[in-house]
Amino acid sequence: MIPAVFEYERAGSVDEAVELLGRDEEAKLLAGGHSLIPAMRLRFSRPSLLVDVGRLDDLRYVREDQDRIAIGALTRHADLVGDPMLREQCALIGDAAALIGDPQVRHRGTIGGSVAHGDPASDLATILLTLDAELVARGPQGERTIAAAGFFTGPFDTALEHQEVLTEIRVPKTAGTYVKYARRAHDWATVGVAAARVDGRVHVGLTSMGPTPLRARAVEDALADGASPADAASHAADDAMPPTDASASSEYRVHLAQVLVRRALERL
Amino acid sequence: MTRVALTVNGSRCEADVEPRQLLAYFLRDELGLKGTNVGCDTSSCGACTVLVDGESVKSCTVFAVQADGSEVTTVEGLADGDALHPVQQAFHEQHALQCGYCTPGFLMATVSLLKENPNPSETEIREGLEGNLCRCTGYHNIVKAVQAAARAGA
Repeated sequence: MIPAVFEYERAGSVDEAVELLGRDEEAKLLAGGHSLIPAMRLRFSRPSLLVDVGRLDDLRYVREDQDRIAIGALTRHADLVGDPMLREQCALIGDAAALIGDPQVRHRGTIGGSVAHGDPASDLATILLTLDAELVARGPQGERTIAAAGFFTGPFDTALEHQEVLTEIRVPKTAGTYVKYARRAHDWATVGVAAARVDGRVHVGLTSMGPTPLRARAVEDALADGASPADAASHAADDAMPPTDASASSEYRVHLAQVLVRRALERL
Repeated sequence: MTRVALTVNGSRCEADVEPRQLLAYFLRDELGLKGTNVGCDTSSCGACTVLVDGESVKSCTVFAVQADGSEVTTVEGLADGDALHPVQQAFHEQHALQCGYCTPGFLMATVSLLKENPNPSETEIREGLEGNLCRCTGYHNIVKAVQAAARAGA
């Protein structure tokens, strides 16, 4: 359970992190480390260089940005839980962050690290997809904004290039809810469901129902056509590819998704 | 090797560490602070919980190099001489341990919990300690001890 040998550099700025990543094709960024370090201990991940951005406190903030809320990529889950502006303007982020891991994990884990890890079981990734969030990344060619719809490209894979550092996440001010079902304390979601009002429509997102976080488009379309929450929820898994694993069978996940989508819509 | 300098239980220490050395093993093997136990080794059980800059963390999931410049508190840093910390005293009086293996982690998680929420409800205590597992005493007396510690103003 000891990670493979690696070199370690602590970046003093985002630009320095970008430069350090350029030195080594097998380099990885280290933020809170609560996805990466367990993976390294199991030797699922063997980076030869870790670039530590965990001390870049200027990427740790929640602030208003015109009609959106901007969240620094290194904002920790515990910060999201207690943030008064999020509670007022986009409560489902703090509500969902409170369901991640346990207090010790929330003291270290960051929103940027969580979504850049690309885990299809990430609660916050599903929420960003549901909210049509924008993700800001900086690389050798400067800064670019990536829509959440194009960010999650596969299991543990995202649109980030090797030398790009995720710096900020922008979400709309909106009402929403997140419902998570897990079999044990501090576990990953067996299935999670986000629902939010975005640009006059109800958006619905699913956690652990496929290789990436997914939108339940059939549910959204049914709601737009006037279906009741219960009727719309019956379409929860129409576009999903739920896995069978130690937590649940694919069939059980389909059932859970239908129940949880109905509950989320009734709560919205 | 990477040079780290940190404060552990109020004492400054410097050491050269391999970047892959985890904080739990740095504390145990380099500094001889064996009060921090390693249970599951997979950031589940919480036995290795210590405070880094006042917040509970699982030291089996933090590299020692990440704690460079930080203040770390382990269970050895709780008591004031022979006087137990109020959380330790409450665990003692409420019989909140049996084999004791999980206890250092529970104590540190409780100190962090009460710092963030000095007067937690029973539900808040149970949820606040969900990152720590006990396999023999059960949680009932642990909850009672946390309530007693809160009353004592820990």
